[in-house]
Amino acid sequence: MATKKFMYLNRKASYGTAYAIESLEVVLIAAAFEQDVSLAFIDDGVYQIVEGQNTDGIGMKNFSKTYHALGDYDINKLYVSAESLEERGLTADDLMPLVYEDEDDDWEEKPSVKIVSNAELSKIMSDQDVCLSF
Amino acid sequence: MLHTVNKSSFERNSLQSCLNTIDDTSVILLIEDGVISAAKNANSPMLADIAAQGRVYALQGDVDARGISSKVADNIKLVDYAGFVDLVVEHGTAVSWV
Repeated sequence: MATKKFMYLNRKASYGTAYAIESLEVVLIAAAFEQDVSLAFIDDGVYQIVEGQNTDGIGMKNFSKTYHALGDYDINKLYVSAESLEERGLTADDLMPLVYEDEDDDWEEKPSVKIVSNAELSKIMSDQDVCLSF
Repeated sequence: MLHTVNKSSFERNSLQSCLNTIDDTSVILLIEDGVISAAKNANSPMLADIAAQGRVYALQGDVDARGISSKVADNIKLVDYAGFVDLVVEHGTAVSWV
């Protein structure tokens, strides 16, 4: 099967709506079909990968841990909008330390998250075959 | 009156509409994605003014779920569900800004 470049645009915070968890499920499906998958977190989507989420008080499943599994599915291109972070008073330190093991480099653990400007993100988007927005 | 806001102010104008019409005695409770506006850098000057008067609350469970507990503005008060009920009882008519 031909491999296509898929980008998933995440624009909503988790829990308030189902967009975040639905996106994550579709991302994992695409990975199962061994496609080239990348994720972008823009606008309130940046809250999806904020460290320290605790859902005990709202009776919903805390699916933030699932983002840690993405590396095992060869999903290691997670782009975060620098502008969206800044608008919300967030920095790279507020995000989960998501990593993957690089098979081409003796399985060295490397960061999956890359903070990019909207201009850089625009270039990355234009390089995709498919962009799906959530 | 009690005004609840459940949308992020980055995404919808629910909070702004609430702020535009609120009087001097009403209180605001931020819930669900509305708690995003409780974060220090994410709230409006107008919300900050009302918070300074002790009239802004945020639901603790929703704040914790989004991992922003350490970022909530100092004068925004956190309440649990029981506190939510107390606010409803105390302030009478509730308006949901959805």
